[in-house]
Amino acid sequence: MAIVDLSEVRKSYVKGREEVEVLTGIDLAVEEADFLALMGPSGSGKTTLLNIIGGIDSATSGSVQVSGQDLAAMSRRQLAKWRSENIGFVFQFYNLLPVLSARRNVELPLLLTKLSGKQRRSNADTALEIVGLEDRARHKPGELSGGQQQRVAIARAIVADAPILVCDEPTGDLDRDTADEILELLEILNRDHGKTIVMVTHDPKAASHARHVVHLDKGQLSTETDEEAA
Amino acid sequence: MGLMWANLFRRKTRTFLTLFSLLVAFLLFVLLRAVAAPFAGGGVSVDGADRLVVTSKYSIIDLLPLSQLAEIQRVPGVEAVTHQTWFGGNYQDPANFFPKYPVEPRAYFDMYPEFAIDPAQLDAFESTRTGIVVEEGMLARFGWSIGDRIPIEGDIWALKDGSRLWQFDLVGTYRHRDPGEGAPVALLMHYDYFDEARSFEEGAVGWYTVRVSDPEQAPAISGAIDALFENSPSPTKTSTEAEFARSFAAQIGDIALMATGILSAVFFTILLLTANTMSQSLRERIPELAVLKTVGFSDARTSLLVVGESVLLCVLGALLGVGLGALLLPVASVATQQFMGPVSMSLDILLQSVAFAVALGLVVGALPALTAQRLRIVEALRRG
Repeated sequence: MAIVDLSEVRKSYVKGREEVEVLTGIDLAVEEADFLALMGPSGSGKTTLLNIIGGIDSATSGSVQVSGQDLAAMSRRQLAKWRSENIGFVFQFYNLLPVLSARRNVELPLLLTKLSGKQRRSNADTALEIVGLEDRARHKPGELSGGQQQRVAIARAIVADAPILVCDEPTGDLDRDTADEILELLEILNRDHGKTIVMVTHDPKAASHARHVVHLDKGQLSTETDEEAA
Repeated sequence: MGLMWANLFRRKTRTFLTLFSLLVAFLLFVLLRAVAAPFAGGGVSVDGADRLVVTSKYSIIDLLPLSQLAEIQRVPGVEAVTHQTWFGGNYQDPANFFPKYPVEPRAYFDMYPEFAIDPAQLDAFESTRTGIVVEEGMLARFGWSIGDRIPIEGDIWALKDGSRLWQFDLVGTYRHRDPGEGAPVALLMHYDYFDEARSFEEGAVGWYTVRVSDPEQAPAISGAIDALFENSPSPTKTSTEAEFARSFAAQIGDIALMATGILSAVFFTILLLTANTMSQSLRERIPELAVLKTVGFSDARTSLLVVGESVLLCVLGALLGVGLGALLLPVASVATQQFMGPVSMSLDILLQSVAFAVALGLVVGALPALTAQRLRIVEALRRG
């Protein structure tokens, strides 16, 4: 069964007096433990689609079923709780809280759980260990390189054991070698930890790490969808 | 809590400056509340009071005839009566202000058993017509010794020969029996000498102090005393000592109202300042709040976080101000106790400060919290 199941998803914005349609009837199914790359030119609607899958934006019409939940039927409060349990987010610019150490950043999603402080710290340390940053737990984001910050962001995304990771250009701000390291880490999370990953990228080399690639253009999935990655 | 704390100190200089402003505001709050406390509030019930004060009905500066003393003494339930009068006057310089009262020496100390005086000195006070006794701390303050001749310039009361220079002989000191309590700083003189020597209002006194045998009967006795003089040329008003002290101090002005006015202005300014700090802080981290919402923080939790920071900031500033106030009040007390008794930090002031800080924090944090609550994740992330 598809863990992400989109049907006839449309999204439009009102800009001034004009209605701009960003997504024009998307049908997409992502199987559990898949690693899907969403490619497309700038403005094609791929980030909007990712946001809808992640439950931080809503479709104008159509059906959005993720982890067996109809997101359109959920309140903002229910969506917040659902996100905390089901989705891990990785952004292009890391979006870490600069005032917190790496460990405290990773611990953030666990503040919403009933875990004790000790258990939270332990889980955060485990997540940091998975991304290879156990020795940087006390460092603040400003004291870490871009690649290290993105690893912290990935640790934050996986610390609550969310089954789905949505990654928006996770290597867009990194040099080639560091980008490869991050992509390999995502591959490991997909392969060894069974995480379903939906990644937006405009970089074909990044997309090559995914199991499947779909292309989005002018709000529509192109015919070259479901192409098996190399 | 850790998250609030970390956010609060993201801009240390700004936070410390805001904290300093709050500290000053709450220090002022503590000092003014402590000073104004004795003047605040309305009338105090005489119920349960064992000492009552009888003044002129219309103004406490109007004198009462000494002949009323015997009549008051005859009111059932009255155990003892004595009187005092406001002398005014200056010792060397008006800045050396302290109250001076003509009293009946023995009756005064019988009326106030909480004040201790050496029996020999009390005898000397009673037998020396120009004798005075003072609160013991005044010896060190003015460099006086027992036996000194103390000149006081009368600003209200002149002598019969027209001069205003009163000469007194210091024969003793008094103190509070409880070492933890301070006796009112005052100079007590012999009423008989004062009455004979003054150039006008002979046979008049400022007010009577009455001790009742049963405090439960205080309201009835109070009513009986006032009824006694209702139709006389000098009608009276009988109240508690606390109420009398308030009326006396109110001659300076409405201290409580002045304090409230000053504090209102200060806190309005602080409100604007702190609100500005919180708004700036919020604007700077809109994308961060969006991240919190992204990872699952609900709208309510996010706004609670923001308002919590605001309350934390205000309470922290309040506690610093109250702490400093508690340290400074004993110093201020030395200056104030000569004319209004000692002022001190009370649990009431502490609780008021914290409650006020929480309220201030809630008001200041309300708008940023609302903004945080309404924040749309996708739009907010774009601002990053």
